[in-house]
Amino acid sequence: MLEQFDALLLARIQFAFTVSFHFIFPAFSIGLASYLAVLEGLWLWTGREIYLRLFKYWVKIFALAFGMGVVSGIVMSYQFGTNWSVFSDKAGPVIGPVMAYEVLTAFFLEAGFLGVMLFGMNRVGKGLHYAATLAVAIGTFTSAFWILSVNSWMHTPAGFAMNDVGQFVPVDWWAIVFNPSFPFRLAHTVMAAYLTTALVVGAVGAFHLLRDRINEGARVMFTMAIGMIAIAAPVQIFLGDAHGLNTLEHQPTKIMAMEGHFESHPDGAPLILFGLPDEEERTVHYEVAIPKLSSLILEHSLDAPLKGLDTVPEDEWPPVAIVFWSFRIMVGLGFLMLFLGATGALAFFKGRLYQWRPLHWFALAMGPAGFVAVIAGWVTTEVGRQPYTVYGLLRTADSVAPLEAPAVATSLLVFVVVYFVVFSAGTLYILKLMGHAPHAGEPGPEAVREQPQRAAGITPASAVDPDRTIGGRGAEAGA
Amino acid sequence: MIIDLTVVWAFVIAFAVFAYVVMDGFDLGIGILFPFFAVGRERDSAMNTVAPVWDGNETWLVLGGGGLMAAFPLAYAIILPALYAPIIAMLLALIFRGVAFEFRWRDPGHRRWWDVGFTVGSVVAALAQGITLGALLQGITVEGRSYAGGWWDWLSPFSVLVGVSLVVGYALLGATWLIMKTEGQLQDHCFRLARILGPATVGCIVLVSLATPFLSEEYYRNWFTFPQVLFAAQVPILVAVASVLFFIGLARRWEYWPFLITLALFALGLIGLGVSMFPYVIPGAITIWDAASPEKSQLFMLVGASILIPIILAYTAYSYWVFRGKTGHEGYH
Repeated sequence: MLEQFDALLLARIQFAFTVSFHFIFPAFSIGLASYLAVLEGLWLWTGREIYLRLFKYWVKIFALAFGMGVVSGIVMSYQFGTNWSVFSDKAGPVIGPVMAYEVLTAFFLEAGFLGVMLFGMNRVGKGLHYAATLAVAIGTFTSAFWILSVNSWMHTPAGFAMNDVGQFVPVDWWAIVFNPSFPFRLAHTVMAAYLTTALVVGAVGAFHLLRDRINEGARVMFTMAIGMIAIAAPVQIFLGDAHGLNTLEHQPTKIMAMEGHFESHPDGAPLILFGLPDEEERTVHYEVAIPKLSSLILEHSLDAPLKGLDTVPEDEWPPVAIVFWSFRIMVGLGFLMLFLGATGALAFFKGRLYQWRPLHWFALAMGPAGFVAVIAGWVTTEVGRQPYTVYGLLRTADSVAPLEAPAVATSLLVFVVVYFVVFSAGTLYILKLMGHAPHAGEPGPEAVREQPQRAAGITPASAVDPDRTIGGRGAEAGA
Repeated sequence: MIIDLTVVWAFVIAFAVFAYVVMDGFDLGIGILFPFFAVGRERDSAMNTVAPVWDGNETWLVLGGGGLMAAFPLAYAIILPALYAPIIAMLLALIFRGVAFEFRWRDPGHRRWWDVGFTVGSVVAALAQGITLGALLQGITVEGRSYAGGWWDWLSPFSVLVGVSLVVGYALLGATWLIMKTEGQLQDHCFRLARILGPATVGCIVLVSLATPFLSEEYYRNWFTFPQVLFAAQVPILVAVASVLFFIGLARRWEYWPFLITLALFALGLIGLGVSMFPYVIPGAITIWDAASPEKSQLFMLVGASILIPIILAYTAYSYWVFRGKTGHEGYH
């Protein structure tokens, strides 16, 4: 029994570790793919070289993030079987086909056109190249659509029946794909990806503005990023609120844990800002709370009653402290993003966007905030679903593969080592790329592959002569 | 006549596996052969031939795994825990390989190490895939709806033989792909490699084919009883014909021929596998019908697959077409 528990715990740690690591890359590449499509579109539309320069600058970073997302994603698609085989057997008939649609409509589209996008600029026409960029951007979005449908179904299962061997079987595909929490989760997650990318682009822009405030690339990046944050941050808070109300309707226990409500509040619940939740004593120590605010947020009424965890059997509680804290980290960062967007907009309208150094430092510091918020949000929603994999129907303890602890422990250890080695190298290299300011004649990925030739002492003409690259015309116009 | 959806899905997944094996096969093969190429131009050219397409190649592996889960969830739920070690090894190897792919260009200071990562990743991935196949062929212990064997059941002389065979076969795919895509010194080098790897691959096919029918009575019956034998016997005959044609093409330095014939050998291997296993998905325990997901699941996917797979093949072909012809060492520009 103890051994069974250990294997379960290890399998959970392994899944949480690999999925958190993986999720960083798509969260970034969904937004970045759209940003690249916007940049190339602006370049084609206005003919200004600066947009092509930024496209070439960011596409190299995208290639790395995408590559790391692909390889860490393959792990995810097989881990359902290796570690969660009982879950795969039972839920496979419902979620399997939806995930297969993700592969068919999204993964192939992204991977198929990625080569053309990265290396094809001089092989296909501008129009076809732009079509490839759009295909990659649409692919990343489509992928988010399907995988969030699957994930949402696990939170708010719908459109299924059970068969005699205990499998979930599909009854209504429309109800499965568009299950009750899906639209909210999709909107909130995709907006999070856009914000994450905007924060990174803004931080890179700010970094280069701090060093050289007349760098044109840095200025354009920073303006675009601040504009995006100013619009997206308030929208995101609104979407998060809507998602929260949806969760209250379908997964009330998760909300109780997020809010730290161990007790029911028959005449208006306070909003606990901070405190230390203690599951054993069923209380939040040192709490700092605003009376009635939780009821106002969740029920739009000061005196609305809210149920607490005392109405739920304890074996159905999620780990309260984790959910409580991860939720606060996400929300706190969300409000910092709102503040960044607001101050940035203010600076813009005062014409001080490129001069106001505290803003640049703030934007630089906020660069990683999107990733942290995305992971914290993910933890809130996934840990909040415990102890179930399929909410209310299939327990996590009943989903795990018949594994022995040493096997899972070994693989977990190897995963941790490999991920840290490989992905740290990747992240460091991405940071190195970001450390270089975008400059005129920015080489694209195809030029990186010419390095061996340059090393031999022969500089390929296309790397130094902007007229030889496809951006030649624009380069002259921009200069 | 009503079409049996389950059989259709067995063929779709077999196709995805084949597409994966031939496409990722040649880029894994290049990784396996990497230490034999000279540092510098030979390695750079070899890498350049696959840089724009490897992401797409690997996606077929996801379709194979995802399709198996969707169409045959029970098989997925039994096979993956049973083959835990080789599958995890394969995934980690693919991570190393994929990242080395991107980084050897961008981080020339550590190129030597990225090259090692590329080779080790490719060899381990190929070996693990072969071992997985061999272990599946030799049978998996099933009780109820889950795996009931031990953690080292997958390791046997037979599974290792299949693993090594796949490494050799992928290396041949890599060499013949490079014959097609390169010229000059590297091409000559690959012609020489193919002259060794060709006979080695055929030898491996023979060894695996001789060992397989004796793994179980079922296989033996599938291969040697009348009238089945009339169909089954075509496979070894065609392998013999293809082998002869391979050496003729190689001797005359035909550039496309060796790769195409190698593909044919892999296709024949897959057909041979089908002859042995059909209609089992887990030999001796679970048939495709036992493992099938409900008709509603299979139908929902089939609608999409029958529209999307041809489209995918079309734009994959387009992408290969964009990067057609000989690849120089300086890459695409």
